[in-house]
Amino acid sequence: MFDIVVKIVITVGVLAGVMFIVPGLIWLERRLLGAFQNRCGPNRVGPFGVLQVLADMIKIFTKEDWIPPLSDKPVFLIAPAIVVTTTLMSFAIVCFAPHITVVDLGIGLLFFLAMSSLGVYGVMLAGWSSNSKYSLLGGLRAAAQMLSYEIFMGLSLTGVVLMSGSFKISDIVNAQKGMWFCVPQFFGFLIFFIAGIAETHRLPFDLPEAENELVAGYHTEYSGMKFGMFFVGEYIGIALISALITIFFFGGWLGPFLPGIIWFLIKMFIFIDIFILLRASLPRPRYDQLMSLGWKVMLPLALINIVVTAGVLLYRQ
Amino acid sequence: MISIFRTILLVCKHLFSKPDTIQYPEKKPKIPARWRGRIILSRDPDGKERCVACHLCSAVCPVDCIALQADEDENGRRYPAFFRINFSRCIFCGLCEEACPTYAIQLTPDFEMCEYDRQNLVYEKEDLLINGPGKYPDYNFYKVAGVATGVKDKGQGDNEKPPVDLHDLMP
Repeated sequence: MFDIVVKIVITVGVLAGVMFIVPGLIWLERRLLGAFQNRCGPNRVGPFGVLQVLADMIKIFTKEDWIPPLSDKPVFLIAPAIVVTTTLMSFAIVCFAPHITVVDLGIGLLFFLAMSSLGVYGVMLAGWSSNSKYSLLGGLRAAAQMLSYEIFMGLSLTGVVLMSGSFKISDIVNAQKGMWFCVPQFFGFLIFFIAGIAETHRLPFDLPEAENELVAGYHTEYSGMKFGMFFVGEYIGIALISALITIFFFGGWLGPFLPGIIWFLIKMFIFIDIFILLRASLPRPRYDQLMSLGWKVMLPLALINIVVTAGVLLYRQ
Repeated sequence: MISIFRTILLVCKHLFSKPDTIQYPEKKPKIPARWRGRIILSRDPDGKERCVACHLCSAVCPVDCIALQADEDENGRRYPAFFRINFSRCIFCGLCEEACPTYAIQLTPDFEMCEYDRQNLVYEKEDLLINGPGKYPDYNFYKVAGVATGVKDKGQGDNEKPPVDLHDLMP
């Protein structure tokens, strides 16, 4: 009985924590972008502009929720929900500290990959059902980009699985007690990071919503809270990828003195900041450049990484 | 490849520099003296209106926001019967100031002229006219002009030769 209560508390806590992180991230991103560009960012509503997000939320909730008459209505409605649900589902396997996790699956890593693959549907269906050429182009791009980067994402994590000998998140973290995987799996980390940016379609890889060519890409026709759901999904995605980089390559909750969850959050927020820094500094590549980077550089690198890792591990046995 | 990292580092450096923003309503920005802001009509050092109602400003105005009507007093001095600037149209280009032959119309470093009612942005002559000479404190058009309008007689002005009797000018 006690176990169940603890599980429910943790589940609700993780859900609430993630939902609380999203407005925090929006605020953090706007402030940081401001600082990077010698501006101030939002600083009027509340202390340091923290309540700006609240004001924006009130605005977005009271906006007209318009559905294009020629759209595929049920699909149009369900697409934003898919985006948010799949990213939220992935958070179920994230281990914030020993035993602080919704479910420590034996195949946790595979579960994450499966869920991020499902996330493609949300974006693709949104682009398809909007019945607008910009949305369709955005959806097409999103599908191709996310599918191809999905492959390197999985391959880059193979090295981690080989070294820790388990798909279980807690085992992976505990296997890093001697040395964080970012050292022996440096290329794996790089590939996972780049693939993570492409998966969350953040700048510089935000081609599905490239605003200067495709208006807003797959969510051109969305308004009100349905648009907000895509927004929330994107920020949960950033938090998720940062959390997973922390887990797979930077020793999760491991660290001296401070409690595990604090270490986890520190590492996670460092990567979130790097996400924002990349957005502030890098221009968007052309679409064919993005694809050729993926297939001609990332894929061979990931494969070489697996071969070398496996070879070294076999040699040591 | 290296340029990418260089870009990232350069952008990251900006984190430690002060923002350029001036927090406006609390802190007023320093505005240069030649700022093109609210338009005024100035007076000459004697306290009379400088405007001679030549219509050059309204002719040059690209958005046609200046309207005026010429009139003449008993001395023959021209002045605008009314002078109206519609600031909801004005683009503050400063062409009126450049066109003005008497330095009457001038742009000032003041931009705080918002209104809730659009009609309040239409300024009449009494709203535009100020009590001083503006940017050119010593200039008096009728002191250097060739016409006599009660300010000075013909030939009495600065750098002006006395009038010549045309019938004396025989070769």
